[in-house]
Amino acid sequence: MPFSTYLSKCPDCHEATEEELMVRLDDVLADYTQVPGALIPVLQITQAIFGYLPETALKKIALSLGKSYSEVAGVVGFYSFFTTVPRGKHLVRVCLGTACYVRGGKEVLAASKDLLRIEVGETSSDRMFSLDVGRCFGACGLAPVIMIDDDVHQRVRPAQLPKILDRYRDNSATDDNGNGESD
Amino acid sequence: MISLTINNNPVEVSEGTTILDAAKLCGMRIPTLCYVEGLKAVGACRVCVVEVKGARNLIASCSMPATEGMEVLTNTRRVREARRTVVELLLSEHNGECQTCERNEDCELQALAAELGIREISYVGEKTRRRIDTSTPALVRDLGKCIKCRRCVSVCLETQHVGALFPQNRGFETVIGPAFCHDLNTVACVQCGQCAAVCPVGAIIEKDQIEDVWKALDKPDNHVVVQTAPAIRAALGECFGYPPGTLVTGKMVAALRRLGFHAVFDTNFTADLTIIEESNELLMRLKAGLGAGDSGLGKTTSPSPESRTPNPEPRFSPLPMFTSCSPGWIKFLEYFHPDLIPNLSTCKSPQQMFGAVAKTYYASKLGKRPEQIVVVSIMPCTAKKSECQRPEMDASGTRDVDVVLTTRELGKMIHAAGIDFDALPDEEMDAPLGLSSGAADIFANTGGVMEAAIRTAYEVVTGRELPLKGLHVAPIAGLSGVKEASLKIEGVKPEWKFLEGVTLEVAVAHGLGNAEQVISSIKSGEKQYHFVEVMACPGGCIGGGGQPRYTNNKVRQARIEAIYREDEGKKFRKSHENPAVMQLYADFLTDGPLGHRSHELLHTSYTPRDKA
Ligand code: SF4
Ligand code: SF4
Ligand code: SF4
Ligand code: FES
Repeated sequence: MPFSTYLSKCPDCHEATEEELMVRLDDVLADYTQVPGALIPVLQITQAIFGYLPETALKKIALSLGKSYSEVAGVVGFYSFFTTVPRGKHLVRVCLGTACYVRGGKEVLAASKDLLRIEVGETSSDRMFSLDVGRCFGACGLAPVIMIDDDVHQRVRPAQLPKILDRYRDNSATDDNGNGESD
Repeated sequence: MISLTINNNPVEVSEGTTILDAAKLCGMRIPTLCYVEGLKAVGACRVCVVEVKGARNLIASCSMPATEGMEVLTNTRRVREARRTVVELLLSEHNGECQTCERNEDCELQALAAELGIREISYVGEKTRRRIDTSTPALVRDLGKCIKCRRCVSVCLETQHVGALFPQNRGFETVIGPAFCHDLNTVACVQCGQCAAVCPVGAIIEKDQIEDVWKALDKPDNHVVVQTAPAIRAALGECFGYPPGTLVTGKMVAALRRLGFHAVFDTNFTADLTIIEESNELLMRLKAGLGAGDSGLGKTTSPSPESRTPNPEPRFSPLPMFTSCSPGWIKFLEYFHPDLIPNLSTCKSPQQMFGAVAKTYYASKLGKRPEQIVVVSIMPCTAKKSECQRPEMDASGTRDVDVVLTTRELGKMIHAAGIDFDALPDEEMDAPLGLSSGAADIFANTGGVMEAAIRTAYEVVTGRELPLKGLHVAPIAGLSGVKEASLKIEGVKPEWKFLEGVTLEVAVAHGLGNAEQVISSIKSGEKQYHFVEVMACPGGCIGGGGQPRYTNNKVRQARIEAIYREDEGKKFRKSHENPAVMQLYADFLTDGPLGHRSHELLHTSYTPRDKA
């Protein structure tokens, strides 16, 4: 069954609560309990539903697929694709490729951590932003570069960061600065 | 058959034989580290490499089957150097000091380094992060010493069907352990200790409680008694260089006296007591189930919601009845099949019955209070350390059993005391709690509890001795994973009329993976039994997680045979013939088996547990 079947929701509806998402997970598990080799696809779908892999969901998956919780956790930890940290609404990636690094990427990363009060791999307490580092987005001429979701921001200076981030907070993810460029 | 040569010696092996096993046949031992007999080879360590003519790379012999015409070299310079590199790399990461390690002189990594003649480590690298996990009553994990061989993963997942341990993360960050590298008490672990029994190094060991015993012995007001499980006498000798299967009962008793215990008793005594209680419980359940005149097997399990209540009322005692002497098995059922809790016999294990009897009956004979008695158990089992801490195990008004040592710990204690085990005379256990029948001895073997119960139940019902050669129920002995027997009951006494002509169906499983198999065949309705024996460890207690290492099937078989010899040498062969147990009923448990007093002291209840 395609992922989208489990993901589809009415566009006008409110953001689904974790309990509502759990019900969706139940549907997934009902379809997959008898399927051999179901663990990885179920984890992928679950991550797509929740945006990450919550502990309660993993325990539920272990129970219904007849796997031990340690085995499920082991599989989750093995693939870097899976994450057990809730993802923010927006993903901020600071490039630390060579060009960006030498032209101030490190400072931009430090400023991002300060502003969001999180470390790399974590999510801000309002679940608005997750922070990651990247290795070259192919825009070296415009270094240092950060990507927020699919938007590339060029020649970023630490002082500009609050303004850039605020625009995403207002929910108007944007290329109105004219720099928006998808990789 | 396949012909190949090992170091130019021709050898013939059957299809599927690994190079490692083929080499054994012509007298060549190839060192191994991750591979251990009886578990699937994962090929993780590459210590076992050999040269094969025509192959560019060295080959891991533990997982490579021999092929026709293969020319194998096990001892070339290239092979020796490769093995050394592997072990040096392991040692460069290894975070432990042999001198202070529990496994000093009993460690495969240490032995391998010695064997390969490693004198220095040519690599400097990051050490594995050290973290000590003491979260469970029975086991201690020391992550710095783990060499990631994955033996524990295979034994826990495949043999035991538990899966508490699994590789977490990747690469150098890999940790072998519970989900998300948390402590062992955060996952469903039954404390069976099979992981500690197969771990080649000091990364999983039993919680060392030797010092607690010395302390108890040092305190002048204490009256310290020791009970030894039946499986100890067939294995303790291995700690002193005797071959597996040597019976050392007399020397063991002598050693315990020299360690300073005030009385040396036998868990066998309460094994006999268990049989009296458990065979009566079986008959009671059969009566409830067969009263209607059928075989009682239609209503095998009871999936109704009430069946989840622990502490079943007598009216709710379904068939089949499961034995309850193996605490790893109890926890397995509590975690994974709580719906079957009503099927568990309510009898405590012999260890816990012993504690309760020693601190009441025996204490009162001495004119002592329960708190003045310290009960130490010597067990082949790590789960017993956990069992004695279950909150409900205080029938005497205080902890019924104070400290549990494994066979290995007792071996160490005897060494530490400077006792020359070899030179000890054979001595006898003390009366009254040291007297036992042969039926109690066989509790150590898979199939033994069932056989002991049948010896007694048959005689109770028919008034005649079990009409089998040597009193043995042959189909349920031995090492196959699941064993079954049918026993037709004829010529019963009038009060057991409902059993006339009934064929008793029984099954025996050892190793929790095999238990799981029996449970699913019961749940699916494919199989129907009256009575099922389960022991958590492969081979039964003689293969327990606390026994001297290593326990392979050959060792298991040797210990099993020793236990049957002990049984056959006994004056009394059936539990109900044990005069000291009969005296206990006459003097103390005066309302008889399953009576009020025995209900309070000898029976227990179970708790459904969340497995994730
Ligand atoms: S595990 Fe073995 S090699 Fe490591 S410190 Fe202990 S004895 Fe030494
Ligand atoms: S004690 Fe038994 S259940 Fe627990 S981790 Fe070890 S092998 Fe697994
Ligand atoms: S704990 Fe022991 S058995 Fe398990 S992987 Fe580590 S070294 Fe091997
Ligand atoms: S023993 Fe063969 S790879 Fe480890």
